Amino acid sequence: MSVFDGLKFRRVYSPIHNLDPRIKFIYVIAVFVAAILFGQILPLLALFVLQIPFVLLARVHRQWLRSLRGALFLATSIFLLNLLFHWINAGYVLLAADIEFSAAMTLRFIVLVESFSVFFLTTSPDMLGLALEQSRVPYEFSFAFTTAVRFVPVLAEEAQTIMDAQKARGLELEKGGFMKRIRNYIPILIPLIVSAIRRSLELAEAMESRAWGAVKKRTNLYALKLHRGDAGMLVIAVAILATAIYVWLYVPVPTLSQLL
Amino acid sequence: MIVVRDVRFKYPSGVEAIKGLSLTVKDGEFIAIMGQNGAGKTTLVKHINGLLKPTSGTIAVNGVETTKTTIATLSKSVGFVFQNPDHQLFSETVEEEIAFALKNFGFDKATIEKQVTWALNLLSLEQYRKTSPFMLSGGERKRVALASVLAWDPEILILDEPTIGQDHEQKEKLRQFILQLQSQGKTIVIVTHDVEFVAECNPRVILMKEGKIVADGEGKEILTNTGALEESSIVLPQIAQIFTQLEHLGFPKDVIDIYEAKALLLKAWEDRQT
Repeated sequence: MSVFDGLKFRRVYSPIHNLDPRIKFIYVIAVFVAAILFGQILPLLALFVLQIPFVLLARVHRQWLRSLRGALFLATSIFLLNLLFHWINAGYVLLAADIEFSAAMTLRFIVLVESFSVFFLTTSPDMLGLALEQSRVPYEFSFAFTTAVRFVPVLAEEAQTIMDAQKARGLELEKGGFMKRIRNYIPILIPLIVSAIRRSLELAEAMESRAWGAVKKRTNLYALKLHRGDAGMLVIAVAILATAIYVWLYVPVPTLSQLL
Repeated sequence: MIVVRDVRFKYPSGVEAIKGLSLTVKDGEFIAIMGQNGAGKTTLVKHINGLLKPTSGTIAVNGVETTKTTIATLSKSVGFVFQNPDHQLFSETVEEEIAFALKNFGFDKATIEKQVTWALNLLSLEQYRKTSPFMLSGGERKRVALASVLAWDPEILILDEPTIGQDHEQKEKLRQFILQLQSQGKTIVIVTHDVEFVAECNPRVILMKEGKIVADGEGKEILTNTGALEESSIVLPQIAQIFTQLEHLGFPKDVIDIYEAKALLLKAWEDRQT
């Protein structure tokens, strides 16, 4: 569950928290595209380091580190699988370039986790909903989205309670072979799904009794406005993207093995 | 026997829910743990079957420290019924739901069959044997959850908020049932907010506040201790409220039992008549 911790919003006042979520999203997309463009380790490393100032500025480094630690398992799998397939492809020999490529792929994944983590750690679900709404996404969709995001921690907590309840009835999750272990999760998943459905029905009734959907056009208590900081962030995002595309098109990026 | 010694517990989030607590529960004892939300009641009882392990201090159940064994092993002697039955029901039929734990504990088929029937009868659920637990009412689901734990006949039974969502009749049945289990020598621990229910059961009462025990003693003594109750944000049971207000007329203050109250009032009435 520690991966989710790294995506849970933290209410702290920082310049990054105050940025417009739409701008932050553009930034995430810019980093995303840049990370996808490159398969070499150096530009990916640059992207990784580039985001650290934002993390420090937002004062969420502890949660951010936790999300990276949560991603460690997947990152290791990516590295090992890449290594394995290159090793098979190369005729069962391990080449330095292959190790480097595997490391680059892992780093790409980490960069993606890193940027999404910064985004979700510093953007409250309310702001996110507001941003979607003001981007003309129909309210039903933006509401469904924000509700889903908001209920992730609730669901995680509930999953924990259910696990406790079943363990108290002698369920041992770690017992048995691979298939048995998967089957061990049935007593956890069914109550979780059933209670999620129950809760959504209750939520729907509660909302309808508070006049949800009574008028087509809703008004908002808060409205998002772009500030000077947002313009700065937008410039940074565009610069990242432009540099990435320029380098990708015109600059031959050396690999580590070529440099050494 | 449950022996809790100097237990402290800190959640990974950094919240210290139990702040140095010691407690001994003898075999066959019936105790009620009370206190406001966040006092650490549920956190404390989750230590008894090993779901939580103390950050410091020790808990021993029948002489075995909870840190030195598994939850599954402990659960065999400590049955834990959670507050919300929906957090555990998942089977297609009530029968399978009750058999779940028995299968986990590795009982043989004949024993499982026998225990399921026994538990169904115990909680008058026999007619629902083949029904889906999801089709039952809230109160019935709660009974299925209880039956699914009682099925393996644990010597210690923990009930977390057993009276929530139960009507008066069900509560009365539950009370009778708990007393019956107690008479069979079982140790019973309930966690509850329901003062009236506790007053009617009259168990040993433990009041908790902010991860510590504020008061521990006979139900009659604790539930009429205005100071201690106020400290843990619990109101007096209604009968105790009446008798506290009648204290100046010479009535005793420590009355929580309805029959005792009736006898006292009747006597006062008769004394006046003569």
